[in-house]
Order: sequence, then C-alpha cells, then structure tokens
Amino acid sequence: MEDLNRRLLRARDAMDRAYAEPLDVRAVAAVAHISPAHFSRCFRAVFGETPHRYLQRRRVERSMFLLRETDRSVTDVCFDVGFTSLGTFSRTFREIVGETPSGYRNGHRPIVVPTCVQMANTRPRSAAPVVTRSSRFGEASAEAVSLT
Amino acid sequence: MITKLNVASIYVLDKDEALDFYVNKLGLEKGNDVRQGSYRWLTVRVPGEGGTEISLEQPGPPLHDEATADRLRELIAKGALNGLVFITDNARELYETLKARGVTDFTQEPTDHFYGTDMGLRDPFGNPIRILQQGNVPQDATA
Repeated sequence: MEDLNRRLLRARDAMDRAYAEPLDVRAVAAVAHISPAHFSRCFRAVFGETPHRYLQRRRVERSMFLLRETDRSVTDVCFDVGFTSLGTFSRTFREIVGETPSGYRNGHRPIVVPTCVQMANTRPRSAAPVVTRSSRFGEASAEAVSLT
Repeated sequence: MITKLNVASIYVLDKDEALDFYVNKLGLEKGNDVRQGSYRWLTVRVPGEGGTEISLEQPGPPLHDEATADRLRELIAKGALNGLVFITDNARELYETLKARGVTDFTQEPTDHFYGTDMGLRDPFGNPIRILQQGNVPQDATA
C-alpha cells in the first residue's frame, strides 16, 4: 500500500511540475509504473479525484495565480497553464471557480504568501460537478484514453 | 519565555534509509543515535552549532497500534503529512549538488520569486522538503 501510494504521489508530483506541458494519462501513469486504466482507478481511490480532475484544478490554480499576479491576457494565461483551447479553459474555469477568468481577475489582487504554499493550499476545491465527457487531459494532440 | 525550537519530528518509513538520505544526500549531519531497548532515538540537524534537532520517527508500537501505524504509513507515502523547510545560501548550486548525489524526486526546480529562489523535493518516503535561498534574486538569475 505504501509503495503504491508513493508511486501515485510521484505521478501527482509530475502533474504539479509539468502542468503546462501536454500531458496524457499514459505518460502520467508511466511515472507510477501502472497501466493507464488501473492508474486512474488507483489515483481516485487514494487522492479522492481522477487524475484528469487533479490536473484541471492544478491548471486552474496556476491560471488564477497568473490572472492575479500578471498582466498577461486571458488567452495567454490559458495556453501558459497547459490548456490548448480557450473554450475548454473558460468553461473549466467557470465550473471550478464559479466565475469567468476576467471576472476573477477584476475581483482579486496578488496574494503575498510563498508560491509553494499557494500551490498546496489554493488549488480550487469547489463543488463543481465532475465532467465525465472529457476523455483527455485537454490536449488536442493527446491520445484519447478514458480518465474517468 | 521560550528561547529555541529544540526538536521537530517527522515520520519516516525506515530510519536507516532516512539517515542515509538526510545525511548523505541532503547534507545534514547526524545528531543523536541512541538505542534504548527496541527504541532508537535518531536525529539529524543542519551542520553547525545550535540547530534544531530533526527527530526521525517510525510509526509503530508502542506509540501506535498496527492499524494506526498502517494508516500513518499510507498517509506518509501519499504525501499527506507536512515536511521541512530549509534555508540555503545558493539554491541553484545546491540543486546541482543534490542531482550529482543521485536525488531524483524533485517537485520543483529552483525558481525565482520576490522572496527568493526556492526548490522542492521529496524524501524517499513522500515527505515534502522545500529549500529556500532568501533575499532578492541576483540580476543574472533566470527563472
């Protein structure tokens, strides 16, 4: 159990580190040395959400950071954090945060705590319904593998 | 008035492996290593005088029943427990040193912030470790 958890944590760390890059479930599952289908089940059992949702929340958290702390356009922020479609980004952001990216930017100013603390504690956990239709991590080029 | 933080504890899954990592990889020094019966009081610390002892503790009896110890081990391995934050005088140099010593579980490469340059890694068991170089980022540094 510890060994499995440790490997799943290594895969989760890989998402936290490489959220801005195209990631598919195969690549992340490979970090844990687990088959993709088994990986998603195990990940959900240990961390309480699918790897797809974990990565979405990480990307949205990083986009919230960039919207607060920088002047980059919403479109630039969308691509900065690993989304490849502005529509997917805006929809996902709204589902998780409850407002649009530009609405969020207008209402929030920079937070003065270390980035690692922000990443650990401000990744959004809203009650947004889990979207099951997505079969990818959000990249058009990624192989279609069910993540849910 | 309290004058010092003397001992802080973290849970590890194996004391020998922890000692090897924290001393030979991370560069701390061994503090106490005392056995009393089956208990081993094992600490590491930042080299130099007067530092806080970091006690390396293993879940298990007599402090924990087996079910509790099992749960703690699972929590450690999934990264759910808190770790340590260290200060360095040169984050990028240390990053290269750690890589050369075989450290692979970095969670973040050295990154510049307004409060300094920091990096993240995990110990062999899943505990998070942050290392920060405080102060203004030098002009020649890159993100």
